[in-house]
Amino acid sequence: MNFLDRLKGLSTLWIAFIAVLLGMLVGALMMLLSGFSPIIGYMALFDGIFGSLYDFGETVREIIPLIFTGLAVAFAFRTGLFNIGVEGQFIMGQLAAVYVGIAYDLPWYIHAPFAVLAGAMAGGLWAALPGFLKARLHVHEVITTIMLNYIALILANFLIRTYLKGPSERSLDVLPSARLIWEPLSALFDDSRIHLGIFLGLIMAVVFYLILWRTTLGFELRSVGLNPHAAEYGGIPVQRSIITSMVIAGGFAGIGGASEALGVYGYMAINAAFSGVGFNGIAVALLGANHPVGVVLAAALFGGLRYGSTNMQHEADIPTEVITIVIAVIIFFVAAHVAIQWVLDRFQKGRKGVKA
Amino acid sequence: MSLLDMMTTILHSTIVYSTPLILAALGGAFSERSGVVNIGLEGLMTIGAFVGAIAAIFIGETTASPFLAGAAPWIALLLAALVGVVFAIPHAVASVSFRADQVVSGVALNFLAIGVSVFLVKKLFDGAAQTTTIQNPFSKVGIPGLENIPYLGKALFQAYPTSFIVFGIVALTYFIFYKTPFGLRLRAVGEHPKAADTMGIRVERMRYFAVMISGALAAMGGALLPLTITNSFTHNTITGQGFIALAALIFGKWHPVGAMGAALFFGASLAIATAGQVIGLAAYIPVDFLQMVPYVFTILALAGVVGRAEAPKAIGKPYEKGVR
Repeated sequence: MNFLDRLKGLSTLWIAFIAVLLGMLVGALMMLLSGFSPIIGYMALFDGIFGSLYDFGETVREIIPLIFTGLAVAFAFRTGLFNIGVEGQFIMGQLAAVYVGIAYDLPWYIHAPFAVLAGAMAGGLWAALPGFLKARLHVHEVITTIMLNYIALILANFLIRTYLKGPSERSLDVLPSARLIWEPLSALFDDSRIHLGIFLGLIMAVVFYLILWRTTLGFELRSVGLNPHAAEYGGIPVQRSIITSMVIAGGFAGIGGASEALGVYGYMAINAAFSGVGFNGIAVALLGANHPVGVVLAAALFGGLRYGSTNMQHEADIPTEVITIVIAVIIFFVAAHVAIQWVLDRFQKGRKGVKA
Repeated sequence: MSLLDMMTTILHSTIVYSTPLILAALGGAFSERSGVVNIGLEGLMTIGAFVGAIAAIFIGETTASPFLAGAAPWIALLLAALVGVVFAIPHAVASVSFRADQVVSGVALNFLAIGVSVFLVKKLFDGAAQTTTIQNPFSKVGIPGLENIPYLGKALFQAYPTSFIVFGIVALTYFIFYKTPFGLRLRAVGEHPKAADTMGIRVERMRYFAVMISGALAAMGGALLPLTITNSFTHNTITGQGFIALAALIFGKWHPVGAMGAALFFGASLAIATAGQVIGLAAYIPVDFLQMVPYVFTILALAGVVGRAEAPKAIGKPYEKGVR
């Protein structure tokens, strides 16, 4: 086994690990250069995540939306689509869930699931449009989903302000029957805002796996992702697959929005800018190699980093943005790694060709 | 306020809002016409706004000479352009040399820009997430003679000097794209890199140049926000302007003059949205719908409803020598 083979043999897990390590290293360098101690910084970070039961519960709260947005990006990736529109699909999911939570008065065992379902449908429908444009008119989904993010943000603000306006710059409160809070769970983590969305997220990761690897539909979607021309030749309806994939991906994002609105806040705020949860989903999906297990692990990592970073600022005066830099560097390295592996693949193919 | 005064105000703010968008959209044109997608315009504008604000504040606070104080915004603008070039390099390296996904690389650039700039602002201003106010921003100048035309003079011929210069840069970009060998090569590399390569054009080098020019222009566009509009830098000085510039580029069909037209159109919708709240237009059209205009029209343009927008043929595809 020569060096190149050995490099290729590195598992995805190892490469992700190396990317994270390099990212943390750049973060440490950034801290050093600006006169902070990286050791104190990272200890404050660690303490911020695991310091107390309350902190751990809040860390999980930060992780939950990233699982959904990561799944939403990863699912589309598997079908060869780049879903940058998770931000908007998440917003539409929030909006629909909050609407159902306010407008209907139902027993909790119907109300909460109904609100979540509404979120899934809203997210799915919002993603259907770029899917349709891609399938029928060959409009690239990256641009349309970016534009739809902004349209979703502005539209949601308008609808809340016009129809659901609460006392301040936010919607009315959702009825308690629609909330995804489970008292014993919150009490277990010292009354932090951990909520049932975590179970919903883990279930969705399983659903992600089952759809893609255990159904005919999943086989078709993956085939389109690997080679749309071959898939078409094999009789797979490519256009329909593209739309279906976007709808399912948007559905994951929509459930994420619903879980955030019903679990954490109980209302939806009027926002001037994006929360960034959708863009972070891209980082989660990339680091998680578009696999549900990887997505959950990457969400846990990024969620932990993001929540822990507030303690860095609190305890060591280190700006939380150092974690944004770490995440950016991780994305760069993961992206470059894909390129390296691809180059190695080519190289090997070339050599095999010579041997034959 | 009379109708004419209102129109004057709206026209004037259109110019002010559009100027940064035009610059960033031109930056996008360089990168994308060479075949490199630039989602990172937002991040490049962010870093430009940061450098512009910091440089202007620093020069203003340290210098005693009135000449240097007057030159401060110009120096800040140039520094922003320089840093923009440097900041665009990771995008070029990842997407041209390493053939990484250009969209992913752009997303990473956006993260990096907001992270680095807000981190440094907090470091430099003792934990505050906002810079102090710029003491020497650009001030408006009038074109002698023309500025005295009633209404129109105030609307169009009294503006920041940068606005006048930007229209010059549009013309220059048009000239470079369509009248110089460099422009021909740039477009060739974006349409059919293999053919360009066969003719002896260095594809990778052209793309590096294009991405770096795009960094300079987008960063200058970003710098104009603190230097003409907001007078300070915070984490939300740049919220979406980079993506509106990208939209303008697409709506303008990847053509410098088209991009300028689209940026003016989008700038007008923002100006009307802002003025609308003041003059009571909001009672008739919700302001939100005016804010949506850039995004809705871009989707319509891509869908072919308002003239088909066709991307450069080789956009988003890394070039590899000797591969079919």
